[in-house]
Amino acid sequence: MTTHPELETVDMMLNMGPQHPSTHGVFRMVLWIDGERIVDMEPHIGYLHRGSEKLCEGESYGQVVTLFDRLDYVSNFNNEQVFCRAVERLMDIEVPERAMYIRTILCELNRVASHLLFLGTYALDAGAMTPVLYAFRERERIQNLYEAVSGARMMHNFIRIGGIKEEVPADFVPRVRQLLGELRRGVEECDNLLTFNEVFLARTRGVGVIDSDTAVSYGLTGPCLRASGLAYDVRKDHPYEIYPNISFTVPVGEYGDCWDRYWVRVQEAYQSLNIVEQCLGQMTEGPIMPQMRRIARPPKGEVYVHGENPRGDIGVYLVSDGTDKPYRLKVRPPSYCNLTALRHMMKDAFIADAVVILGSLDIVLGEVDR
Amino acid sequence: MTVTFTDVILVTLALLSLLTGLSVVVLSLTWLERKFLGRLQARVGPTRVGPMGLLQPIADAIKLLFKEDVIPGGADKVLFWLAPLLVFVPSFVVWITIPFARDVVIRNLDLGLFFFIAFSVLSIVGLVLAGWSSASKYAILGGFRSAAQLISYEIPLIMTILATVMLAGSMNFIDVVDGQRTVPYAVLMPLGLVIFFISGLAEIGRTPFDIYFAESEVVGGPFVEYSGAHWAVFFLAEYINTFMVAALVALLFLGGWSWPFGDLPSAAAMALFLAKTYLVVLVIFWIRGTYPRLRIDQLMSLSWKVLIPLSFINIILVAVQLFYGWPAWTLTLMSLAVLAVPIYAQIRYQRIPAMERARRYAERGIVQRAKVRS
Repeated sequence: MTTHPELETVDMMLNMGPQHPSTHGVFRMVLWIDGERIVDMEPHIGYLHRGSEKLCEGESYGQVVTLFDRLDYVSNFNNEQVFCRAVERLMDIEVPERAMYIRTILCELNRVASHLLFLGTYALDAGAMTPVLYAFRERERIQNLYEAVSGARMMHNFIRIGGIKEEVPADFVPRVRQLLGELRRGVEECDNLLTFNEVFLARTRGVGVIDSDTAVSYGLTGPCLRASGLAYDVRKDHPYEIYPNISFTVPVGEYGDCWDRYWVRVQEAYQSLNIVEQCLGQMTEGPIMPQMRRIARPPKGEVYVHGENPRGDIGVYLVSDGTDKPYRLKVRPPSYCNLTALRHMMKDAFIADAVVILGSLDIVLGEVDR
Repeated sequence: MTVTFTDVILVTLALLSLLTGLSVVVLSLTWLERKFLGRLQARVGPTRVGPMGLLQPIADAIKLLFKEDVIPGGADKVLFWLAPLLVFVPSFVVWITIPFARDVVIRNLDLGLFFFIAFSVLSIVGLVLAGWSSASKYAILGGFRSAAQLISYEIPLIMTILATVMLAGSMNFIDVVDGQRTVPYAVLMPLGLVIFFISGLAEIGRTPFDIYFAESEVVGGPFVEYSGAHWAVFFLAEYINTFMVAALVALLFLGGWSWPFGDLPSAAAMALFLAKTYLVVLVIFWIRGTYPRLRIDQLMSLSWKVLIPLSFINIILVAVQLFYGWPAWTLTLMSLAVLAVPIYAQIRYQRIPAMERARRYAERGIVQRAKVRS
């Protein structure tokens, strides 16, 4: 971009991460910058690689759930659920209805927790320091409920193949009802604080634009895809468990810029609260685990099951050789696939935008690197 | 004029007392900021050291002084050590001429405002040098950003100061305050107050203009490689500058130590001035707790496309009112009318489209209806 052809200028290489405060974990971007403009960028991943997929091959099916907790460590229930559904599909297990409702309640609350975390850290990326504390306060309420239900705040290991680990506490339903009211107020508070903030609008509108065709070709899913105008939601397009019984709206954006991605997530949080409310109304008493053998030994075969994670379409491809351990397990991590579009979005962006664009993809490195 | 030994002693004592006073102010500001932000953010702030955490800043200062002072390997040592002083000294020196009350001032200069402008600009050099000498890419980016930002915002800042000088007919701080005995300039010239406050925020790098040390982008900018006592000096300068901008808003626009009900005794006047200053400081902290950070290009266009033209318009308005001798309220009206233009533009072209967009999206949401349960 130099105006004097005889003057040779070199782009500066800026190494952002893995210890940079706003790369959401240990993601590393190498930026080539011309002044404040990004000329090119190259993502480097793998700093958190633990070989989860390989580790799964050495654990029995029941134990693999704990590894799935550690993939996307801010939406643990959603991960557990998709793996358990894969094994259930392979073994043809009928999950009791009550277990499915409890699973859905926990997963949708997990979606709210995850989107709250996004909202807070996104505000932090944009430079606002207050929303993160409000968002964490609200998220804390959800985690307290999780602690009461599963005994753990994050790595729950609560969803089991065929159902759930144990019956929820006696005060579960009134407690969730109370939580819903508090969360609605909490999400609204963060929403009011940030969504139409002048500076926030200036920072996020028209930044990191990706149109729906490009988004599809990069394999974006979840809020990132819906922000571009395509209403693809696994819960709607390939309904699973009890989602056919639930009415909810899939919020869809239009331009696919950072603000749209943010807005879609905030609206999804409201929708998830509605889903939980409906689940509470429809839930009935009943068993939480079917009659089945204690150690799961799926028959020989393979299965691909996917579900809607807060970050997008998480898929599990499972090959069984008839033993009690998976022969091969492959995860389609939504964060990883969303991350591929990063370079496209960062074309001609500013350094400050790089942070905002990365934040708007809402990646979790535990899932990207596995 | 001969300088006697007593003069030297007196000046030294005055400077020492000023330094002590400013240090106390900085300690109080850090405590106030943490407590105030804590309250805004549903926290309690520091509570452990001393009653209500009042001794926390002192504990922090001791900690900073005893920390290891790391100098990065590739750094230019001389400049690296010099840079904090180049930032601190100008921000300290300008206090020599800033009065706390009519007779509480170290040296009242007839060109006090000029002195302030001349010295406050110097701190840019320190920031750029800090960025340059650190031998770090983030630091150099921050240094460049600070140069661009501070130079751009000097202009609207100085232009609004000139407008107050025109109103007061003097560059002496005391005359400027005396000119506001009945009506503070904030009422006469709301446009000037807004421009001055915004450019003041940018000058001291406070949210939403904390671009040159933005944590989430350039991780501390020019200060990224500094630690221990050298970092503490930057920190000190930053808070002194915050207090300085607040004090200037109080002096130039809120009437300083005067109020409309006659003269106050010296101590009460000083208390009034400090109260006004701390109020402005709280507004600065409040903005910090609310707003995200602007981007560098938006920052520059705000200065060159909005604030600088507005500050010239402000001067013209004051000049017209003074030249034709119109009553004071006409200036207020004109000022408010001009101020309404950018506010209207912001709402019309930024906020309303975004809200319409959200409304449109909300209507377009794909509804998944529940199947009728059997």
